[in-house]
Amino acid sequence: MSRRETRAGYAFLTPWLIGFLGLTLGPMIYSLYLAFTKYNLFQDPQWIGLDNFVRMFTNDPVYIQSVQITLVYVLVGTPIKLAAALGIAMLLNYRDKGAGFYRSSFYAPSLIGASVSVAIVWRAMFSTDGPVDNSLSLFGINLGGWVGNVSLVMPMMILLAVWQFGAPMVIFLAGLKQIPRELYEAAEVDGAGPFRKFRSVTLPMLSSVIFFNLLLETINAFQVFASAYIISNGSGGPAGMTNFYTVYLYKRGFPDGQMGYASAMAWVLVIVVAIIAFVLFKTSKSWVHYAGENR
Amino acid sequence: MSTIEVPRAELLEVSAQPKPKRRAPKRKTINTIIWFVALTALTLIVLYPLFWLFLSTFKPSGEFGQNPGLIPNNPTIDNYIKVLEGIGGTPLWRFFANSLFIAVMAVIGTIASSALAAYAFARIQFKGVGLLFSAMIGTLLLPFHVIIIPQYIMFNRLELVDTYWPLILPKFLATEAFFVFLIVQFIRNIPRDMDEAARIDGAGHARTFFSIILPLIKPALITSAIFSFIWTWNDFLGPLLYVNSPEMYPLPIALRLYNDTTSTSDYGATVAVSFLALLPILIFFIVFQRFLVDGVATQGLKG
Repeated sequence: MSRRETRAGYAFLTPWLIGFLGLTLGPMIYSLYLAFTKYNLFQDPQWIGLDNFVRMFTNDPVYIQSVQITLVYVLVGTPIKLAAALGIAMLLNYRDKGAGFYRSSFYAPSLIGASVSVAIVWRAMFSTDGPVDNSLSLFGINLGGWVGNVSLVMPMMILLAVWQFGAPMVIFLAGLKQIPRELYEAAEVDGAGPFRKFRSVTLPMLSSVIFFNLLLETINAFQVFASAYIISNGSGGPAGMTNFYTVYLYKRGFPDGQMGYASAMAWVLVIVVAIIAFVLFKTSKSWVHYAGENR
Repeated sequence: MSTIEVPRAELLEVSAQPKPKRRAPKRKTINTIIWFVALTALTLIVLYPLFWLFLSTFKPSGEFGQNPGLIPNNPTIDNYIKVLEGIGGTPLWRFFANSLFIAVMAVIGTIASSALAAYAFARIQFKGVGLLFSAMIGTLLLPFHVIIIPQYIMFNRLELVDTYWPLILPKFLATEAFFVFLIVQFIRNIPRDMDEAARIDGAGHARTFFSIILPLIKPALITSAIFSFIWTWNDFLGPLLYVNSPEMYPLPIALRLYNDTTSTSDYGATVAVSFLALLPILIFFIVFQRFLVDGVATQGLKG
């Protein structure tokens, strides 16, 4: 490790390093400071200790509701999305010929899902007398519009997330392709049925990919913003049911000018994400099986 | 699940007993037909919103309440004619040009800065590289909401709000770790022989990077360019924070303008603009889908 190498290393890394220090690490430290202040952009930040956090958990029912609906969205939406991704990846893995077309078609929504256009389409499709409502009424189900309905707007948001199953599906499919066929053949010789083969071969061999997808999709789900914002026209309605964590954070920070409070909210999110990542990494040792390991 | 192995198992049996010989291929054909039907049905469901959006752009505004189906009763191109005029005195092409400018700058910045950083992480042994690499991976998982407030305050102090700087500058500083990571993984798969030979011949890192590594990582750069373009084109929060003047709006924010003011009376205009805004991405997707899908697959697996 010569000095010349070190100099070359930092030369190549300069743009990233400026970005990391100036646009990530520096802002993180400043936002940690702001989390303990009252700040509205016009007066100097005023140190208030833990007040923001205390207010969040004891004196802000809107915050508690936004936490609740975000948790429902993450805890219900992510498993459904991953199950759909895995199921369809297994279906695609059945044969290679013709699978490429389906693989690409299923991936398309993941790419455009967060766009404003899609949010607008989604709102139109689930509105009163929209296509979804009309198809359901053919089966005698009359729900009325989903968008303005307090109990249906969450299922609608979850469907939008599940619709984007393509990204984890592509990763699952790549993982499935790596499972040696001999393992299935050996299981068959031992008399394993389809369910047994799935449980004893597919799941363990895929565990590192499941871990990766679970981590990534959970963290992404916590950060849903554009679609919720557009679908509710920025209001978080009906009755706060689309007031997701980041939507509320944005509203507190920018239109309301409560930058200290919003920073405190952001740090709670960072801590929650860090805890989830930590727990997943810790428990992964007991359920994630890496190739080459004999266990 | 079981179906994956069914044909093989039967072929094994076939060689032992001649009797089920005719049944084996038949069952395979049936499975294949079921497979095609199931996947085609799923594709139709998944792509339905896109078909619906496209065909709805030809529905006259009055038809929206009555006809939720796919096919317009009285197809018309009035929506497009009306929409092309723009809104609030700003023509539609202006929003397209704004989006295009931001996206192209983002692509250039992202590729240049991410490739440099990736080369350092993958090929140069220097003090602190391990720690910095961990920090880079850490930013992959960091919710970006924790930095938007200080960044806003900073750009506000620098009086750069209502310019494109806050949207473009970070891209030139490799702030999206996804791309750095993607290119690092790609470089690590390239055998070291060639660049080590070049080094022995006296080439410095700059030379090695530009004449050997850069040409070899073209697929990773193309993948990064496409993703960077599409993500920037779709970005909503960035422009929502930093762009205030309507004539500077990129499409996602302009779209909201159509949507807000006309949602009750003019669905036709809203869907037409939504479709036009999505069109470049759909074309990009159709042309480059192999790159995109493979990019996601390899990035995921090696993570």
